[in-house]
Amino acid sequence: MSNAIEKTDVLVIGSGFGGAITAYHLAAGGAKVTVLERGPWLRSTDFEHDYKLGSSYTRAFDFVVGDGMSVLGGNCVGGGSVVYFAAMPRAPRFVFDRQGSIGRRMWPAALSRDTLDPWYDRIEESLSVSKQEWSDVSYAGGLWAAACNHAGRTANPLAVAIDNSKCANCNFMMAGCRFEAKQSLTVNYLPAAIAHGAEIRPLHEVQHLTRTAEGDYRIHYNVIDDQDYRVHHESGVIEAKIVVMAAGAAATPVILQRSEAHLGSMPHAVGRYFSGNGERLNTAILNEDKVAELLGLSRGDGALPYGANAIGRGPTVASWDKLDGSLPEYSRYSLEQLYFPPGLGTILAQVPDATGPTWFGREKKEILKNWKSWLTIFSMIEDDNEGVFGPPPETGNALRISQQMLGRGNLSYRPTKNTWHGWNQSDAEVKEILEKDGLAKVMPWTNDLVGAYTVHPLASCRMGDDPRTSALDDTNELRGHSGVFVTDGSAIPGALTVNPAMTIAAVAERAVPHIVAEAQRRGVAVSYGAPAPTGYKSGRNAVLPLLRNKPRQPAGV
Amino acid sequence: MQTSARIPERRVEIGDEATLTLEAYADTIVPGEKRGPDDRAIAGAGTGGGAVAAGALDLLRWDATGVADGLEDLAGLVNGHARTHAAEAGLELDDRVPPFVALDYEDRVRLIQTLTTPGHPEKDFWVLLSLFCNMAFDSAAHLHTAQAVQEGHPGLTAMGITAPDADGLWRFADFGYGRKLADLHPDTTATGSPA
Repeated sequence: MSNAIEKTDVLVIGSGFGGAITAYHLAAGGAKVTVLERGPWLRSTDFEHDYKLGSSYTRAFDFVVGDGMSVLGGNCVGGGSVVYFAAMPRAPRFVFDRQGSIGRRMWPAALSRDTLDPWYDRIEESLSVSKQEWSDVSYAGGLWAAACNHAGRTANPLAVAIDNSKCANCNFMMAGCRFEAKQSLTVNYLPAAIAHGAEIRPLHEVQHLTRTAEGDYRIHYNVIDDQDYRVHHESGVIEAKIVVMAAGAAATPVILQRSEAHLGSMPHAVGRYFSGNGERLNTAILNEDKVAELLGLSRGDGALPYGANAIGRGPTVASWDKLDGSLPEYSRYSLEQLYFPPGLGTILAQVPDATGPTWFGREKKEILKNWKSWLTIFSMIEDDNEGVFGPPPETGNALRISQQMLGRGNLSYRPTKNTWHGWNQSDAEVKEILEKDGLAKVMPWTNDLVGAYTVHPLASCRMGDDPRTSALDDTNELRGHSGVFVTDGSAIPGALTVNPAMTIAAVAERAVPHIVAEAQRRGVAVSYGAPAPTGYKSGRNAVLPLLRNKPRQPAGV
Repeated sequence: MQTSARIPERRVEIGDEATLTLEAYADTIVPGEKRGPDDRAIAGAGTGGGAVAAGALDLLRWDATGVADGLEDLAGLVNGHARTHAAEAGLELDDRVPPFVALDYEDRVRLIQTLTTPGHPEKDFWVLLSLFCNMAFDSAAHLHTAQAVQEGHPGLTAMGITAPDADGLWRFADFGYGRKLADLHPDTTATGSPA
């Protein structure tokens, strides 16, 4: 054939946690790895402090409005890790025993907190995740802690993947960290993958997969314009023996839906059981006099006792009092202080005690004047996996409206009574803590405009033991489609009650030896056993013994 | 401040009727004070600059938003709804200005509430339009932020957003209270996770 199709051993779709981690290990193990990323490749100097459309703030993000649920996700090399807030808690033990609505354990039997802990350890080592001290906590986090304490609750500084010595507390981390303080994958796994020969191609949006007569896969992509994502340039095809899908929980199922006509029927759970990680936001407007009087807080020098909404770094403190495994499902949640930047959600904050409209108008403008004294609290409850993807759009996972960022997708989400129960309980708890003794006025964000809002989409192509309710087996392989693995947030079975990056990353680490084994079976010369991207070896040395005597294990372990 | 290369900005030209109508819409989302005694688009329901003074039309007309080419249609639609609303409410509209502009602030509010209620067939359009009107005020998405702050942008100023350092980057040396403010949850692991 004169126009030979380009070939690679492993084709990775997406370069966030699920893609970067697998790409690194497979490349380090000797496979030829190609990563297709639909977003741009932004360097640290491209990360701007600027809300203008067209800045890194809009280039690196995707905001897809669905029917009842909108999803904010990463859209660049490094994926969610570039825009995330680097909160890296492990999921509490009870999460792995959740049943959700299916009447049986949602997670595969092989996965529990105990069996995932060694893989969490690998991530902690690779991303330098560290426990934070009170001296690392922002004013907003401190305020939340003090309010929790005042109301008889506990509060914890969050474990984060941030180098505090470089952090400027600029609160622009969602636009990419200019100071390289945040441990995005662009400063660890991805450069290590490249050093081992992996190739990363930005602005390549995968549309669908087909199969070859030999049982390999062809990956069909469009090249996206680097400024106006509505514009597609040429198309192309790459052939691979193994496909790792890590396009994000709002995109991976859409690619598989579009591939069904070519690959044959997909598991029922592809594009179903989507979870928004049970997320919901409340905005509190602090009474600054009460902050001083009730909490004894002061910033000195005539400054407001709080008035520091703009200062900090995403979330720094969470309250875990309701992460109690003895409580019934749907009533367990964490409450986390969170910075929410202007532009992306301010419109959804509602006026407390409004006499007119709650999200716009005269009274809304008045509360905007107090924006400095806003405190945003992020609830992560157990939702009911009620999201379902409709037919895929023509390209990508959304009809793109704006040059960047904003699109309309086909996800529909009708919150069940269980989900509302969790949200209502968490709303009441936030109110009880923050309105105590007149400290603040609190209102949840409205769901009426863009539905519920998640920054942590999950479960749309999930793992499990039951083929009727899970798309992947316990090795992350797509049921009925040997050689296709899903390693992003869509593999996580359900809401985690905490920030999910740590768990997504650990599950991706855990999937690697299984992917290696299948690659070997398909004739790829690859082995498992690379150390952390930094070169540290204790995490690797701890997991290697676990891989011996498994039914499917990579040769050489 | 260093910024990445960007494609040229194109602003879609719209007629006076659409401009007045969309100004009135933006002013309902974030109300401001009138620009002068003859200002009809701005209802005067707020003090200081609102969405219009913040540059809502400049943002909406920018093709990067994806709504720029549909603005005249949206203006026509909302004026149609304003006529219907006025007829239903028994209001007589001043025909020297577009129907939506002829509504007073409270009726503009009522109409936008109707159009953005879940289940309204055009809800997506009006939410999108409202979102960009709000963004003009709360993030000045049509302007470089540092420049907008320096020039006294009404929204960023009202929200108390401070100026960045000379290199256009924000840094906060004083960022926290620096002391323990609550007891830790008893089931916390050594590395700071829930047990």
